[in-house]
Amino acid sequence: MVSFLRFLINGISLGSVYAIIALGYTMVYGIAKMLNFAHGDVIMVGAYIAFCAMQYLNLPPLLSVLCAMLVCTCLGVIIEGLAYRPLRQAPKLAVLITAIGVSYFLQNTALLIWSSNPKVFPSVFSVGQIKLFDGNLVISSETILTIAANIVIMVALTLFTGRTKMGKAMRAVSEDKGAAELMGINVNRTISLTFAIGSALAAVAGVLLCSAYPTLQPTTGSMPGIKAFTAAVFGGIGSIPGAMIGGLLLGIIEILGKAYISTELGDALVFAVLIIVLLFKPAGLLGKPVNEKV
Amino acid sequence: MKLKKSTVNNLISFGIVIIAFIVCQSMISTGMMKRSLRGQMIPICVYIVMAVSLNLVVGISGELSLGHAGFMSIGAFSGIIASAWLRAAFGLENELVRLILSMIAAGVMAGVFGALIGIPVLRLRGDYLAIVTLAFGEIIRNVLNCLYFSLDGKRLHVAFNNPNVPGTILLNGPNGAKDVAKIATFPAGFVLILFTLFVVMNLINSRSGRAIMAARDNRIAAEAMGINVTKYKMMAFVTAAVLAGMAGALYGLSMATVTASKFKFDTSILVLVFVVLGGIGNIWGSIIAAALLTVLPELLRAFADYRMLIYAIVLILVMLVTNNPTMRALLGKLVPRRNGRQKGGAAA
Amino acid sequence: MSETVKRRQNTKMVPAPSHGIIPERDLYDSPVLEARHLGIEFGGLKAVDDFNLVIGKTEIAGLIGPNGAGKTTVFNLLTKVYQPTMGSIMLNGRDMHGMNTVQANKLGIARTFQNIRLFDNMTVEDNVRIGLHNQISYGMFSGIFRLPAYWQGEKRQHEKAMELLSIFDMQDMAKAQAGSLPYGAQRRLEIVRALATKPSLLLLDEPAAGMNPHETEELMNNIARIRDQFHIAIMLIEHDMNLVMGVCEGICVLNYGRIIAKGTPDEIQSNPTVIEAYLGKKKEG
Repeated sequence: MVSFLRFLINGISLGSVYAIIALGYTMVYGIAKMLNFAHGDVIMVGAYIAFCAMQYLNLPPLLSVLCAMLVCTCLGVIIEGLAYRPLRQAPKLAVLITAIGVSYFLQNTALLIWSSNPKVFPSVFSVGQIKLFDGNLVISSETILTIAANIVIMVALTLFTGRTKMGKAMRAVSEDKGAAELMGINVNRTISLTFAIGSALAAVAGVLLCSAYPTLQPTTGSMPGIKAFTAAVFGGIGSIPGAMIGGLLLGIIEILGKAYISTELGDALVFAVLIIVLLFKPAGLLGKPVNEKV
Repeated sequence: MKLKKSTVNNLISFGIVIIAFIVCQSMISTGMMKRSLRGQMIPICVYIVMAVSLNLVVGISGELSLGHAGFMSIGAFSGIIASAWLRAAFGLENELVRLILSMIAAGVMAGVFGALIGIPVLRLRGDYLAIVTLAFGEIIRNVLNCLYFSLDGKRLHVAFNNPNVPGTILLNGPNGAKDVAKIATFPAGFVLILFTLFVVMNLINSRSGRAIMAARDNRIAAEAMGINVTKYKMMAFVTAAVLAGMAGALYGLSMATVTASKFKFDTSILVLVFVVLGGIGNIWGSIIAAALLTVLPELLRAFADYRMLIYAIVLILVMLVTNNPTMRALLGKLVPRRNGRQKGGAAA
Repeated sequence: MSETVKRRQNTKMVPAPSHGIIPERDLYDSPVLEARHLGIEFGGLKAVDDFNLVIGKTEIAGLIGPNGAGKTTVFNLLTKVYQPTMGSIMLNGRDMHGMNTVQANKLGIARTFQNIRLFDNMTVEDNVRIGLHNQISYGMFSGIFRLPAYWQGEKRQHEKAMELLSIFDMQDMAKAQAGSLPYGAQRRLEIVRALATKPSLLLLDEPAAGMNPHETEELMNNIARIRDQFHIAIMLIEHDMNLVMGVCEGICVLNYGRIIAKGTPDEIQSNPTVIEAYLGKKKEG
């Protein structure tokens, strides 16, 4: 029972990281209707920046995270402006391939700068641990922080998209770009903002991910990226609460699957669940089905 | 008249491939080809077949598949197992016959899995379809990592997630297959390319091929004309899987060790890059892109570190230039400006 | 009292709905299409409601109504692009319940589209060959390995395609790309492609849209000619009243998803409800 609880908490913790990454995917998909394949690699860049800030500049953890967020925000906006904006009218496949290109570019640039040797990510936060059941169940500070960060981000984003003017502009653009433009909304700026928010979240996710699994490599971001993307599709791509639910469920399934079924098959299980969900709900858990007009 | 034209085009294509083969083969026999390049000949054949077959799905059928390497891995391991089993159980020593039979077995296996995977996948559309093919590719790799095959005399043993299998181990879970009998040859690869071209080009220029393209161009109109869209998407998907399986067998039987991690998501993407750079739907483009980009890393040995970076930049630039009219105009302006301003107006 | 008797006593007998009107010459053939109480709801909104229609074996029928009346939705219901939420459709005496678009086509219903849906990148001939897909067929393996069935099938498809294109004198354009044709020719090609599927009922969605008066006149004659030549029923949606009144034998007027009038062109033209639907109600002093 205690071990089940431990796995469950680990699952929620991992799921929270997935949820934060999935938010970036889902917001960008909602507004630009594209799969930003490079998102996973922005996570990796964020983690490296935070690592360097702490290791070489000896900055305090919180400042390092802010630093990483700043760099990733700029990176996201630059990527969008240089690679994706010129392709706004292009076929979907072209945009997807470009995103794959950006992903390769980031990975290989990181490879040149930081080399392929794994770096050991330092423990960022030490708030203390919570011990339950006579010390049988230890919840680490990273876990607490990850879950807390997830909740804060989710609330903040919901308020932002629901209450603020920019948030409303974002929803308008995702509904209908043309109409939004006619209403005087600057579509390009709104899309840039979405990339900025998504990338800043990616930096946070990168630090949280590497705090829990402290090996940092240029390919660190790709697998969590793919899984978070799966989470976004799972929850219904384009939906913010969907990303949250999808991420959490996926994290829990992965950890429980690895614990109780097979370590080797943990990832396969995650993808199998995705396939089954899509077969019965082709637009994901909270997604809206789209019908083609005849 | 039209039939003749397509037949002539096919014959020209076969001619070019045959000439290319003769040139390569004579360069090998006269020792003009560098040793490192000679080792690349079978992978080139493999990747050409992979690219052409993926183009059948992405270009002709219009569905983005991100898990093509999965079928290649099924083919590779099926081929290795079939080859070893044929030798042990039937005493088949003739390498050529064994290679052919192994490749057929691999094609059938990959085709069966293609059909099994195609049933759920082809119910979905667009991005969802792409992500599910990716998911299946990863599942195949994960499952292969848990599979153990062994040969005990003439009997084949299979175990899942349990390394204790009797006899000599053929497939050892995550460690893959070791000491594979390397029976694949460059001429066999060349024949496989010819076979692939024959299948794909004839398929395109037939009733079924037209139905596949109609389903791609306008699904609703195709259905209104009585074309069972799912059936024809399936046809393209399974045919591509069979060809990828055969390519996988050729690949597996040319390597001493093969592990499932060789057929990661990256491999699927690499093949997709060949297809895109060669031009989506353009069979010849796929062939040339696959051949060049497989050789390029060998030629760029000196720049090994920057190789993938260059790849990435080229990929992004090609997409930007081919898909954005203003970018094309911009490039047109930039090039003459460097040579001097006098020509700037004409190019713009 | 037994259950059976109780049920019989609870059964209320009502007069059956009228079957609508068909041309006299088709009276002794079973009608090609019978739609009964057909309807569809989109999230509570009844886009089409209680749609009853009978089309005779060789009738040319018209479906008219103001914009947004649900005319194309009726076509989508008949071709099973949408599944009706109410009512039934009988085509050639067979219930189409649960069928999909492909099965509907195989049963004998073909259509054109309001916004032209040709296979733009294919040649004109290949577009028609797609229509012939189920008429002249051979298998995938015959195609790949070029067996005799392939050569024979291709030859027959070519001949049949040319024959069909000759209806509109389009044989010369066979090699042209469909997307490059002028607008009027694209509309004609769509009709040829639909005819290639050998339908017993041809649905034309605004066939004269974007055509000049001369082309419309020609189209009107061609519609009648196609009916005579192929002995099929044709139903068309059209806003050009000259065409509708000129060629249609029975007309059905739709407004807000419901049929408001049925009859001959003369009856429709003098029907006050129809005039009101098109022009609005006359203001009372």
